[in-house]
Amino acid sequence: METSWIYGLIGGLMIGCAGAVFLLFNGRIMGASGIFGGLIDGSAGGRAPEYAAFLLGLVALPALIGVPDTHLTDNWTVLIAAGFLVGLGTRIANGCTSGHGVCGISRLSPRGIIATLLYVGAGVASVALFRHGLGVV
Amino acid sequence: MTRLLIALVAGALFGVGLVVSGMTDTARVRGFLDVAGAWDPTLIFVMGGAILPMAGAWAFARGRRPRLGGDFPTRPDPGIDLRLAAGSVMFGIGWGLSGLCPGPALAAMSANGAGGVVFLAAMAFGMWAAVPVRRHADSAKG
Repeated sequence: METSWIYGLIGGLMIGCAGAVFLLFNGRIMGASGIFGGLIDGSAGGRAPEYAAFLLGLVALPALIGVPDTHLTDNWTVLIAAGFLVGLGTRIANGCTSGHGVCGISRLSPRGIIATLLYVGAGVASVALFRHGLGVV
Repeated sequence: MTRLLIALVAGALFGVGLVVSGMTDTARVRGFLDVAGAWDPTLIFVMGGAILPMAGAWAFARGRRPRLGGDFPTRPDPGIDLRLAAGSVMFGIGWGLSGLCPGPALAAMSANGAGGVVFLAAMAFGMWAAVPVRRHADSAKG
């Protein structure tokens, strides 16, 4: 679809504004893996209530307005392996697309920039291998 | 109470932004990563659009304090180490496999059915499995 970049830009601006609000009001980094992971392993500490409220908004509003087809694979082996790698990797690296990508690159953090280059590079290699090489996804 | 309300609003705006931008569509995300196939550049516009207001926020934050008290997060700077590199590569492999990263996996939870829950459960387990690595890195720091 040739108009998808416009929606990408508008949605991106909304994501950036969400991060700006969370930073300027609450003094928090809007990183999805840090927020979810902090609640999973208890490292959120006193930030836990704010993180829980953030997650509630993140899950509930899209559920209310409706999410278009996500084209998610129904291969559970792939979902389990991918979910495990995403969870383990983002917590070892201390961030994902929102934390290292959006919040890191915007403050010109060398860590955020390097992390983003690496996970995009690994993602490209992963699709090349598993789609074009092995044909599993 | 205000902190919780702002967190709720920020989370909701993040979620809607992910839906509007198309990032909850795993086909689109994998299309971006599929440089050998029908490459889809949308994610670049999403990133660019998100970085813009965020860069403004960082500039505004300089010399100020968060509106609701406390301090802005300090720059976590262990530098670029093996932990950052290895974790990011693992994350990227999983991202390419599924087309899901943590934000969209949560935002699209209502639409992804059982498969989405399976992904989130595996992700939570992976995060739990990272705890010893995180603890070891912290103790090595002294």
